[in-house]
Amino acid sequence: MKIPMNAEQTIEKVRGSRIWRSVFRSGTGNSTLHRALAIQQNIFLHLFATKVRKRMVRFSATWYLGTLTLGTFLILVITGILLMLYYHPSVPQAYADMKDLQFVVSSGLFLRNLHRWSAQLMVFLVFAHMFKVFYRGAYRTPREFNWVVGIVLLLITLLLSYTGYLLPWDQLAFWAITVGSNLSSAVPLVGNKIHFLLLGGNQVNANALLRFYVLHCVVLPIMAVLFIAVHFWRIRKDGGLYVQQSEPKAQAPSDSIEPAQEVK
Amino acid sequence: MPDESQAATPKLPTEFDRRAFFTRVGLRSLGIAAAGTIVFTYEFLSPNVLFEPSPIVNLGKPDSFAVNSVTMDVNTAIYLVRAEEGFFALSEVCTHLGCLTAWNQDLGIIVCPCHGSKFTRTGEKIEGPAPKPLPWLKTWVSDDGDLLVDRSANIPPLQYLRI
Repeated sequence: MKIPMNAEQTIEKVRGSRIWRSVFRSGTGNSTLHRALAIQQNIFLHLFATKVRKRMVRFSATWYLGTLTLGTFLILVITGILLMLYYHPSVPQAYADMKDLQFVVSSGLFLRNLHRWSAQLMVFLVFAHMFKVFYRGAYRTPREFNWVVGIVLLLITLLLSYTGYLLPWDQLAFWAITVGSNLSSAVPLVGNKIHFLLLGGNQVNANALLRFYVLHCVVLPIMAVLFIAVHFWRIRKDGGLYVQQSEPKAQAPSDSIEPAQEVK
Repeated sequence: MPDESQAATPKLPTEFDRRAFFTRVGLRSLGIAAAGTIVFTYEFLSPNVLFEPSPIVNLGKPDSFAVNSVTMDVNTAIYLVRAEEGFFALSEVCTHLGCLTAWNQDLGIIVCPCHGSKFTRTGEKIEGPAPKPLPWLKTWVSDDGDLLVDRSANIPPLQYLRI
């Protein structure tokens, strides 16, 4: 005879099952230890700290700008992969494929616009995130290396934005990349060589389109993911999100989870 | 034990022990391999064959150009100018960031739409961010009597082609 179970009991039963336990080894229970283990034993979550102060995760501390940037990046990865299914990086087809995405492919217009607007938003959010970190002084010791990682991520973001600009293969794309790639010619001595390697020729043509496509869809996203992982991991290693020490404690009496570590 | 006592004796200050030798050999091999990889990558990334239009352009018979005229061809990015002193070809590509400039007949100057550089008919800069004048291109007459221009070969300015 089976007793009907409520949702909570069902979840507990699933979490206690052998299959679930083989995947998530931290086990059931809501104790501090179990909750810490759930973070620490997960390959993705273990980048983050097992414990944070409430003050660190308050909206006013960061305005969640870093998290929002990650959100736009995830949207860009997902929509980007979907757009790749209809886009051929070749001179005769690129522009037509872009137009097909707008007018022929179901939901193509939505995905393309989502990709485009998320890209604009990501650049904006990266700058906003950096301004917030800068004006709070959160880049200071021991977080200076993570600031440098952030600079690298800014450059990757701008390069992703720049390489994606060529892919629609319209007049704006062509002349923007002609102008932009000519900037590299200004580098002393090796400028023209860099320009030649970047475009795979002397002018923006089939080789340039393919190179920018590979950079945009493979090389730069992989670099971005690697540096994002380091960036998040360093937050934990550098003592968590920055909290201003000068903030009077009285303002948040029950704020800290670990009050013993609070520095006066 | 005798082995232990031997091991405990201080190392002789030899210049070169086996570990140092292998470390040095290993590091140098890695260095050579890294240098080779850089050269290999550079070579691979530089195309040996380009499917770009030929730099040499045939502009047809010289008589088809009127005296004191500037002919703009956006497909070849060349201005063919027939002045009283003779013919010359000028690159249309702005020396600032590579935009195509345009001939303004009313003002009698060449203007870049991107960042506003202005040039005279002979390519000298009047104003704007362009760092250099528009280059003069090598121009000659073929055996068939056609005007030919080599877009990849610059010549010093004011070398008119007299026919």
